[in-house]
Amino acid sequence: MIEAEDIPERREHRATLRRLLRHRLFVSGLFLFGIVAVVAALAPFITDVDPNRLSMRNKFLAPGGNWVFGTDGFGRSLWSRVVWGAQLSMIIGASVVALNAIFGTLIGAAAGYFRRLDTMLMRVNDALMAFPAILLAIAVTSVLGPSTLNVILALSIVYIPRTARIVRSSVIVLREMEYVQAAVAAGAGHWRILRHHILPNAMAPMIVQLSFLFAYAVLSEATLSFLGVGAVPPTPTWGNIMSEGRDFMREAPWIITIPGIALMVTVMGLNLLGDGLRDVLDPRLRIQQ
Amino acid sequence: MIRLATRSLLSAIPVLLIVSLISFGLMRLIPGDPAAAIAGISATPAQIAQLRQDLGLDEPLLFQLLQYYKGLFQGDFGRSLLLGKGVLAATAERLPVTIGLSLYAMIFTLIIGIGCGIIAALRQNSWVDQAAMMFAMIGISVPNFFLGLLMIILFAVKLGWLPSGGYIPFTENPWGWLQSTAMPAFSLALLQAGLLARITRSSMLEVLRQDYIRTARAKGLPGRVVIFKHALSNALIPIVTVVGIIVSLLLSGAVVTESLFSLPGMGLLLTQAVLNRDYPMVQGGLLLVTGFLVAVNIAVDMLYAVLDPRVRYD
Repeated sequence: MIEAEDIPERREHRATLRRLLRHRLFVSGLFLFGIVAVVAALAPFITDVDPNRLSMRNKFLAPGGNWVFGTDGFGRSLWSRVVWGAQLSMIIGASVVALNAIFGTLIGAAAGYFRRLDTMLMRVNDALMAFPAILLAIAVTSVLGPSTLNVILALSIVYIPRTARIVRSSVIVLREMEYVQAAVAAGAGHWRILRHHILPNAMAPMIVQLSFLFAYAVLSEATLSFLGVGAVPPTPTWGNIMSEGRDFMREAPWIITIPGIALMVTVMGLNLLGDGLRDVLDPRLRIQQ
Repeated sequence: MIRLATRSLLSAIPVLLIVSLISFGLMRLIPGDPAAAIAGISATPAQIAQLRQDLGLDEPLLFQLLQYYKGLFQGDFGRSLLLGKGVLAATAERLPVTIGLSLYAMIFTLIIGIGCGIIAALRQNSWVDQAAMMFAMIGISVPNFFLGLLMIILFAVKLGWLPSGGYIPFTENPWGWLQSTAMPAFSLALLQAGLLARITRSSMLEVLRQDYIRTARAKGLPGRVVIFKHALSNALIPIVTVVGIIVSLLLSGAVVTESLFSLPGMGLLLTQAVLNRDYPMVQGGLLLVTGFLVAVNIAVDMLYAVLDPRVRYD
């Protein structure tokens, strides 16, 4: 009985995967993002110099030779710093995505399913979304104090309302579907209906949203540390490296360009990935026709 | 129309109420003693006590909240510790710079975004389309501060064409303003231009498929008339709805752009306030900027209703 239910579902998943792998945007996004993710995961193995080790003898060395990406104004290896920066970006991005997946779903499902909660939850949601995103994130990190954990918290506070809104709008539509009404009539409890009948069908727009969210989170984290309110220097984040490079634009432009390109590749990879996911999973929102 | 306006204004009230509560709560959420955190490590206990009293942090919370709302209704948004003047006065001084920058960036956004979108839609699936969409993808993926830095390196450091910083007010020297704000405005605009190009393209493709476009073509109207008069005027309607989002993104982006190019706008003011623990300024400024944004969004809703009569009867 269980198998009979499972097999068509699994077949459908395989078909979706095949369509994704045939989608040019998705594959190129996966490729770009994959490079960064692999580099980030392998950080301890592919760097041999501590990203914070100072070596004033070697400052401002141009990329090439022993120093793949050159060195910064303190003679620190830019390769080490950028690679460890990639790891931190991935950790922060993934954490924000995870928190959004959990709390965005909970809040969105509660608001969409229980009408009595809807007005209250959405008013708070609207208010949080009314703040300009970066400004709110800056204000929250400044209150909590600059640290990696607080950046994750601040970005989650900024983005969870946006995720919740997307989940809510799917749930509102699904709640009125006949098969859900049938489940209600059959005496299924709220939890069971949400868990088995509504949320699995509300996943597609959320997965698309989460892939774009990963991009925003990486970008916003870099922005916060660039402004000096993110992870405390000398933590090697891309934003910190670029911020430190500002004073040496003339003599050592690579301190800015290398982490900048890394950031751009990551964000572009995630955007392409998101476009591909949207085309395949949620064709209604399709932009590339 | 009046009913719609009233409804928009009424729905803004709870949002503004919660926004103001969040702003109020921020300073009180500082872990430990907010007064000590604001005063800094070098402050003496007497200074901390004085500051606590000045900010009213020694009063009961409910009383603080009442005082806060009483102040708001009297136009008192607090006093900046750093500047030694009222938050409202400081905002009135700085916000025009940000609005000017945002308008300038908006012009770039509209020209590049709508232009690319239309060209891409008209040449659907050709190399022109793909190039325009690639450009839009780069636009939404380049962080604006990275683009700004690259432009400084190229145009200010290497070529020396444009100043790398410094601000010339429009009222003093309009041409100087146009020059000194060109790089910040462009670097700020590209993200929104990319978004707008994608939206314009899909909206235009949608409209071009409609029957009335086929009719217009069939009755022999020249292509230019069909595209600009018949198609574009309808394709632009959904674009108006994203203008509110674009303004929000521009204000958000301006925070970084102003810090990068040292433009004395609201973004720089608030970043400096945060870095100097000037929480009254952060609290009041955040509320004022958000209130401004809510007002812009109401205006956009109204504009949408003017342009699209269907909205009015919903």
